[in-house]
Amino acid sequence: MTLNSVVIVGAGQGGFQVAASLRQEGYQGAITLIGDEPGLPYQRPPLSKAYLLGKISATALLFRPMDFYTQQNIELVHDQAVAVDRNNRQVRLASGRAVPYDHLVLAMGAHNRPLSVPGADAHGVFGIKTKADADELAPLAKEARHVVVVGAGFVGLEFAAVAAANGATVHVLELGDRPMARAISREMSDLFRAAHEAWGVHFEFRQGIGQILSEGGKVSGVVTAEGKTLPADLVVYGIGVIPNVQLALEAGLDIDNGIKVDSNLLTSDAHISSLGDVASFPCIQNGQKPLRLESVQNAVDQGRAIAARLVGKPAPYTALPWFWTDQGNLKLQIAGMSMGYDNTVALGTPESGQLSVLCFRDDQLVAVESCNRPGDHMAARKILARPPRLTPAEAQVPGFELKAWEAANRD
Amino acid sequence: MPTLTFIEHNGTLHQVHGEVGQSVMQAATFAMLPGIQGDCGGACSCATCHAYVDEAWVDRFPPVAGTEDEMLDNVSERRANSRLSCQLVIEEGMDGLMVHLPASQY
Ligand SMILES: Cc1cc2nc3c(=O)[nH]c(=O)nc-3n(C[C@H](O)[C@H](O)[C@H](O)COP(=O)(O)OP(=O)(O)OC[C@H]3O[C@@H](n4cnc5c(N)ncnc54)[C@H](O)[C@@H]3O)c2cc1C
Ligand code: FES
Repeated sequence: MTLNSVVIVGAGQGGFQVAASLRQEGYQGAITLIGDEPGLPYQRPPLSKAYLLGKISATALLFRPMDFYTQQNIELVHDQAVAVDRNNRQVRLASGRAVPYDHLVLAMGAHNRPLSVPGADAHGVFGIKTKADADELAPLAKEARHVVVVGAGFVGLEFAAVAAANGATVHVLELGDRPMARAISREMSDLFRAAHEAWGVHFEFRQGIGQILSEGGKVSGVVTAEGKTLPADLVVYGIGVIPNVQLALEAGLDIDNGIKVDSNLLTSDAHISSLGDVASFPCIQNGQKPLRLESVQNAVDQGRAIAARLVGKPAPYTALPWFWTDQGNLKLQIAGMSMGYDNTVALGTPESGQLSVLCFRDDQLVAVESCNRPGDHMAARKILARPPRLTPAEAQVPGFELKAWEAANRD
Repeated sequence: MPTLTFIEHNGTLHQVHGEVGQSVMQAATFAMLPGIQGDCGGACSCATCHAYVDEAWVDRFPPVAGTEDEMLDNVSERRANSRLSCQLVIEEGMDGLMVHLPASQY
């Protein structure tokens, strides 16, 4: 069957990439990119860091200018998709419009898990997801004297670093016992903990939030689960996200912690693909077990893979996951998937702020976490992309360097 | 608005409008040039915006240092004038800036 129309729901990182890559691949049929946010598609990473600090402009957030969509004949529709009629192959929008498709791509992303404690509706309580959130938050973040961050994950800590740089007193409440515990090794957590503390951030580990206090509708403090009161004129939470699966669920597609896709990123309906934060895919770096990743790399590479398949170049999705987060003057980069690692080798030292933690499973390198050692990260991406895999014994040799090993073992 | 010239590896020439304050990477992607990807959006985290600044213009930018330097160590065919174009900010008086594109970003 020739493909005459591709409809994409969600005009974020992944949806945009599918549209752009389809044109790059020479696809000439119709492309409809449906997004429920105002304005042109934009990138999210700076929202919790560079953009909040005023280091980059709103234009710098955009993937492309308006001309791009006109010239590339990509119809950008500002509307919300409310239903998928799989039998008649069309998407129904909130405005009532029905958009027919030959192929549908679901790229709805995820929304922030809400903070469900008493007082959470006070003015001055934020999750950061959209440009609108960041625009509302930015002026408050500059003024705030007492900031409480709920959740020591990536976004929360990026914001904690911003708030500390703005001169506020910052408390971070975290249920776990170390920063970014779900994603990184203890060694790397410890480095970030020490760095944040040096910037003036106070951690409250094994500590949940009990209640938010307010005065005249504005947040004035936070009571921890243990009953300790912290002053606050701004609260930012980052306690995980929930994939936007509703549309897919109601359409009867298989769901498994996200929209379930196969190794070609196809859903349980062969006319529908999915990707990015909303999709759960069999990850080869995770032993083919289903995984939902929230990263730019994941949305971009999956977008490219779907576009390639749609123009007749199918290939199983195998791209190596990688990620970065910028906190203060620290850049943490992660290559690979460290799940279930049983051994680590460190390069560099935590004291210097330059550290790479090599994570091994069954004597094979599975992931590398690098702080301010971008050369290690880049070398790790090459090493992890294909065999042979580095062993701990090799990495323990004095003077070992990832880059040199990569060069020596390149075919 | 400064006009920038990008020269593809195969010699194809592109004249592109840039804005003062914009990065060279964004000027290239906004103009839909092939050859510059900019996957990380300019966070100096992906090295898919590698380009060679024409010799005549090299000194107009602050020298390579830190993260950019280490990231560049891993691109294919690094040369003395290699830069990550997301780290190059277009300034007043850069009309005519010339940038050469690598054969591949990988
Ligand atoms: C503050 C912040 C900082 C981040 N920092 C980093 C970082 O440093 N490094 C990194 O690798 N990743 C980072 N990420 C993660 C990265 O931005 C996401 O993984 C990526 O944007 C996922 O792309 P996506 O297309 O799946 O979803 P999104 O980019 O979230 O796009 C989904 C879009 O679909 C829209 N939508 C949803 N439902 C509908 C509907 N029914 N109809 C129409 N439109 C709909 C949504 O409104 C949204 O615009 C960050 C994310 C955030 C929020
Ligand atoms: S755009 Fe990613 S390093 Fe330049």
